Amino acid sequence: MDAGLLSSIVTVVFFILFVAILVWAFYGGNKKKFEDAGNLPFQEDPVEVRKPD
Amino acid sequence: MEATYNYKVVRQFAIMTIVWGIVGMLVGVILATQLIWPTLTEALGPLAPYLSYGRIRPLHTNAVIFAFGGSALFATSLYIVQRTCQARLLSDGLASFVFWGWQLVILLAALSLPMGFTTGKEYAELEWPIDLLIAVVWIAYAVLFFGTIIKRKTQHIYVANWFFGAYIVTITILHVVNSAELPVTLTKSYSAYAGVQDAMVQWWYGHNAVGFFLTTAFLGMMYYFIPKQAGRPIFSYRLSIVHFWALNFIYMWAGPHHLLYTALPDWAQSLGMVFSLMLIAPSWGGMMNGIMTLSGAWHKLRTDPILKFLITAMSFYGMSTFEGPMMSVKTVNALSHYTEWNIAHVHSGAMGWVAMISIGSLYHLIPRLFGREEMYSIKLINTHFWMSTIGVVLYIAAMWIAGVAQGLMWRATNSDGTLTYSFAQSVNAMYPFYTIRLIGGVLFFAGMLLMAYNVWKTIAAGKAVNDARIPEAVAA
Repeated sequence: MDAGLLSSIVTVVFFILFVAILVWAFYGGNKKKFEDAGNLPFQEDPVEVRKPD
Repeated sequence: MEATYNYKVVRQFAIMTIVWGIVGMLVGVILATQLIWPTLTEALGPLAPYLSYGRIRPLHTNAVIFAFGGSALFATSLYIVQRTCQARLLSDGLASFVFWGWQLVILLAALSLPMGFTTGKEYAELEWPIDLLIAVVWIAYAVLFFGTIIKRKTQHIYVANWFFGAYIVTITILHVVNSAELPVTLTKSYSAYAGVQDAMVQWWYGHNAVGFFLTTAFLGMMYYFIPKQAGRPIFSYRLSIVHFWALNFIYMWAGPHHLLYTALPDWAQSLGMVFSLMLIAPSWGGMMNGIMTLSGAWHKLRTDPILKFLITAMSFYGMSTFEGPMMSVKTVNALSHYTEWNIAHVHSGAMGWVAMISIGSLYHLIPRLFGREEMYSIKLINTHFWMSTIGVVLYIAAMWIAGVAQGLMWRATNSDGTLTYSFAQSVNAMYPFYTIRLIGGVLFFAGMLLMAYNVWKTIAAGKAVNDARIPEAVAA
């Protein structure tokens, strides 16, 4: 197998992988999970939360 | 101890960010002055060589990128990883080692570069003993960061940490590969690569230093501090995932655009150009994600100068990530390369994006590290914002015009094929623009001094926080 063929295969594999990530990110079933993740920076210690921001 | 966050190392790096920012930008101001008055530092007599342009230019780039930008990244990444993983750093000792190790690297750079020791590789000028030290400190940082992620209490790893993680891993690889060199003496080494391969390895490193150090990592900062300062979660978490992976898949291959019209094979040049053009998509996706976080709360921009810093930084990020791909188009590059246009591009990225997102983040961070509700003076933050913004705009506008004029003068030919302008004529045409650039640079630098004063007063009125508690109950 020459380097050209190998890099072609890698390119195609990366492309498929990226498409799979797109599908995973926008799959309806994951919506809630990602929304919760987006709120991670706001899970604070209750004592700190009372301080005005 | 385990119930609290380690704020000490965050505080140390946050303070040093401001110190190194002032030092690095002061060196920049000296360089800008030297370009107008080239004999300026010759009055120093025997000291003159140490401040000559060729020696302090790498001092400036290293100081602002790795000392100022680096400290800002250490401070924010170590803060964010703790707060979003709800876990104390893996080890306090390792954290101290990373801090003091990095300060030693900066000190050695500040000594060796003015003395003239350099490998001659841009952004990788430091000689081999310092390269080894960087590798050790960096790997300690990686252990500290990923070790903290492993012991996290939250189920999900917040997106900012993904960006920081990618930056830490990539910089390790880039630094080790590009710094492969054969030592001759303690202060001299030769690159392990030769000819065009050496150039390609160097710009694979150089471009990804921009891509992962100056972009990916600061995006990690953006994904935490914009939501926090705006008081609302990121516009689209799903978009942030796509943003992350798209950047990582594409950035690695854009390096050859630094070597257009050189001995590099033509196919590699075209490949670099195509990947650079593709980068617009993830870059602009990320910019939209940051700016749209304010959607429905735009009024906050009127009253909150910290948000102004953060959102203006995103605008400059959008601008420079549009400009970059344009400049990598071969026909545009034929005009722009080796001119002041590059300097404009790099500073709209470094001052407009990197410095402003760091400054905004620090204004959010400093009061929290010192037990204050907000900075000593919000008004001074606003003044700083306008000084920075006007400074950057003056700087880049002057350098854009200078660069295009320079490029056009260099390529102008008479009907008989001879050059219309001599090189000295193009240098002479730069004077007014160099002067405007100096004014812009001084404004930006003075803004940093104002920030130092504001931070000083905030710290004086506050007290170091060492008991920030980790939340007990964890909701997924």
